[in-house]
Amino acid sequence: MINSSLKQLGDLLQAKKISSVELTQTFLTRISQYNPSINAYIALDEAKTLNQAKAADARIASGNAAALTGIPIAQKDIFCAKGWQTTCGSKMLANFIAPYDAHVITQFDAAGAVNLGKTNMDEFAMGSSNETSYFGGVKNPWSFDRVPGGSSGGSAAAVAARLCAAATGTDTGGSIRQPASLCGFTGLKPTYGVVSRYGMIAFASSLDQAGPMAKSAEDCALMMNVMAGFDERDSTSLNREKEDYTRDLNKPNLDLPLKGLKVGLPKEFFADGLDVSVGKVIDSAIAEYKKLGAEIVEISLPNTGLSIPVYYVLAPAEASSNLSRYDGVRYGHRAAEYTDLMDMYNKSRAEGFGAEVKRRILIGTYVLSAGYYDAYYLKAQQIRRLIAQDFVDAFKQCDVIMGPAAPSTAFKAGEKVDDPVAMYLQDIYTISTNLAGLPGMSVPAGFAQSDDGKQLPVGLQIIGNYFDEARMLNVAHQYQQVTDWHNRMPDLDKPNLVMPEGKV
Amino acid sequence: MEWEVVIGLETHTQLKTNTKIFSGASIKYGAEPNTQACEVSLALPGVLPVLNKEAVQCAIKFGLAINAHIAPRSVFARKNYFYPDLPKGYQISQFELPVVGKGAVTIQVPAVGKNAAYEKVVNITRAHLEEDAGKSVHDLKNNGAVEGMSGIDLNRAGTPLLEIVTEPDMRSAAEAVAYAKKLHELVQWIGICDGNMQEGSFRCDVNVSVRPKGTEKLGTRREIKNLNSFKFMQQAIEYETRWQIETLEDGGSIQQSTVLFNPDTGETRAMRSKEEANDYRYFPDPDLLPLVITEADKARVQADMPELPEAMKARFEAQYALSSYDANAITTSRDLANYFVAVVDAGADAKQAANWVMGSLAAKLNAADMSINDSPINAQQFAQLLKRVGDNTISNNAAKQVFEAMWNAEGEVDGIIEAKGLKQESDTGAIEAIVDEVLAANPAMVEEFKAGKEKAFNALVGQAMKASKGKANPAQVNEILKIKLST
Repeated sequence: MINSSLKQLGDLLQAKKISSVELTQTFLTRISQYNPSINAYIALDEAKTLNQAKAADARIASGNAAALTGIPIAQKDIFCAKGWQTTCGSKMLANFIAPYDAHVITQFDAAGAVNLGKTNMDEFAMGSSNETSYFGGVKNPWSFDRVPGGSSGGSAAAVAARLCAAATGTDTGGSIRQPASLCGFTGLKPTYGVVSRYGMIAFASSLDQAGPMAKSAEDCALMMNVMAGFDERDSTSLNREKEDYTRDLNKPNLDLPLKGLKVGLPKEFFADGLDVSVGKVIDSAIAEYKKLGAEIVEISLPNTGLSIPVYYVLAPAEASSNLSRYDGVRYGHRAAEYTDLMDMYNKSRAEGFGAEVKRRILIGTYVLSAGYYDAYYLKAQQIRRLIAQDFVDAFKQCDVIMGPAAPSTAFKAGEKVDDPVAMYLQDIYTISTNLAGLPGMSVPAGFAQSDDGKQLPVGLQIIGNYFDEARMLNVAHQYQQVTDWHNRMPDLDKPNLVMPEGKV
Repeated sequence: MEWEVVIGLETHTQLKTNTKIFSGASIKYGAEPNTQACEVSLALPGVLPVLNKEAVQCAIKFGLAINAHIAPRSVFARKNYFYPDLPKGYQISQFELPVVGKGAVTIQVPAVGKNAAYEKVVNITRAHLEEDAGKSVHDLKNNGAVEGMSGIDLNRAGTPLLEIVTEPDMRSAAEAVAYAKKLHELVQWIGICDGNMQEGSFRCDVNVSVRPKGTEKLGTRREIKNLNSFKFMQQAIEYETRWQIETLEDGGSIQQSTVLFNPDTGETRAMRSKEEANDYRYFPDPDLLPLVITEADKARVQADMPELPEAMKARFEAQYALSSYDANAITTSRDLANYFVAVVDAGADAKQAANWVMGSLAAKLNAADMSINDSPINAQQFAQLLKRVGDNTISNNAAKQVFEAMWNAEGEVDGIIEAKGLKQESDTGAIEAIVDEVLAANPAMVEEFKAGKEKAFNALVGQAMKASKGKANPAQVNEILKIKLST
């Protein structure tokens, strides 16, 4: 049951073969067994969770069930959920109980989904390994000595370890796709503006976007049907007609399911910096796509190399301002003792924020300062437009772009924690889509062997044009019809002792 | 050396919307602390701003009223600084691209001493939308909280403001006050602000500098913050001007700084100098899209625009043959102008109506600190009073008594005239009889008049009026007396 798709679970629930309470209890039991070692969850509240499951069972009994009614979902701890501890992975908000629901939470509640708990994450979503969390690192379920990626590391580990049926994540520079790659599941960052940011704690407002983290493309499509949609409380939310993201999963249903699909491979994504073992897995995935009928086109995204420096100007700039509200005045951490107002600010923020958050606040404050604004912030905004233009040009030659989601497989905990730049390079292939506002996915594509002989998951990134999520889900789903990488499960009792059997 | 003062104003006008500029919370004044602070006002984690369209309409209305350029695309920016009553740690304002660009306001500077009244154009640099901060309450003794602690009230946080900035065009406290008054009238006239200065709906910051008369270069300015009455503004500018001139004449220099006016001492005092000023790190707010205003948006607002004071003044001069002075006075407020028009429409003579409304009525209202809308005498009754003067039923003097009685709610015009016996005697025969009696009874005065003493004539008129117990039509008395004395 824990490895069933959302569709299968929904069918079982609605046929009353299982109850939501039973299903939820199954996951809660797994969580109590494995979470102490994996640390995927920050907050759990069995009573609240089971109450939702009971309500879902009642709804199913009354015949009003929706696709995800009764299905237990893990929520990244970046979403405010009424009555739930909502920490954003920070000491600053360790004591914060959200008094209102994020739009995403409201949507899942309305769908009758069950909130299993709040998942661990890098502090304020700043990190690529989940090591900046105040609540401790998260283990990669495939190899406990490795990181799950970040910032949505808790959701990633929970999905990979089957500690939830699916989870939500957010992606500012790769925080859904890189952990999806490192933990071996399917994650989608939608087009900017498709999922409302209301109630999602802001890191970098112009880049933040929520999306699904699930086993398969089909599961992601069902999650998107709940998450996406216009919300007037978010001015950047796009007022578009509601769409069914499952509509194109099986289209067109021919011998060659992806015949005529033009797949662009940006040469910059296969250059220096990509692990050879990862590159091989991507190559074999591309070969599989050729078999499905796809046509391969070499393309160029010439400004890819600038995406990290641009991102590390713009994201910290926005973050330095977004995080000003954590001042110890109204909620959150306040220093126990202080002499005056300035001392209270200084101590509360010094104590409440971790090192990476402070680093980014400092960078952001610097680049916005009088005399530096033009050279950094303004220049970065100009380059951001060039990066977006690269994609506009690329999509004249292809329908989707493919490449690696991350340059390496999961690295060891502690390995990059003292080298911020090495950590930032984890997002080299994902950041440019955030800067352009484009949708991107990571799809399990196989395993690569690490130096110490471990088999670790590798994700294939699929980048689509604006609002092309349904097509990307089709492209991923068709691949998942002929591969089973997305169904592979780590053995949590013997993590990574056995090489997973590949079908392809 | 002769000095010249140079003054520019920044006015924070609280817009008359139902809700806050970026959330649905109410902005009603005077609610219990923090009862109008929703999750957005509190800046909880994850909340986002949504622009209030009503506030945008107010800005467009103001732009149209001062004939300004209205930006087809303007941008909201974050002004970053820490303060306990600024919950987000930044204020959403407009910086590089404000919604309203250059415009102008024509002011009437009143006569002072031997200087005659004159008209002047004050150029507006820009007007931009922004949110207000909350309030820090430092005296909690009366609020049931712990003494010695400060409280934060976020009811006001997010209240929509239009900050209106002038060029440094004013050259005296009188000009600055005339501008502030004119702006105060205008924003109420077009209905975008309630104008309540006590409640902080209209707050002025005044930039003052001095320079040797005849020179071009501006002196270093000091900004007087948060003046909430015209009287204080006048005092503050006069004090500040004197202080700057004396400082310079004593060989000192002016440091750019922010100063506060203390109404108790009548002095200004530096609050912070420029060196301590914040670097606000303005940047475009990524949570808000650029504000786009189309020609159609402007046309819609224009259709709702009331006739503006200048146009109304010109119309009154033409339509009612009012003097420029009267027309200007009548159009200082829309309510006053409406009252005047209602009086005229009810049949009163326009010139008389202007005199009475600006004279007796205005004096009474001022003394009682009442607005025209609170006048106990409605326009119909006022017109009736003036008609009774016009048709010679009562004299001007009697009319004043009737007015007094109406103000005291003693009844309607005709009833009061009847009850007080104020009806004027206009019967020529009756007046002739009175005049004859007076001439007969005062032969000495008649002799004096005939000897060339003009004063005696007035004395005889007085006697006749007295004999009629004040009811005789004075014009008729004059006329008849003249005829009788010349024969």
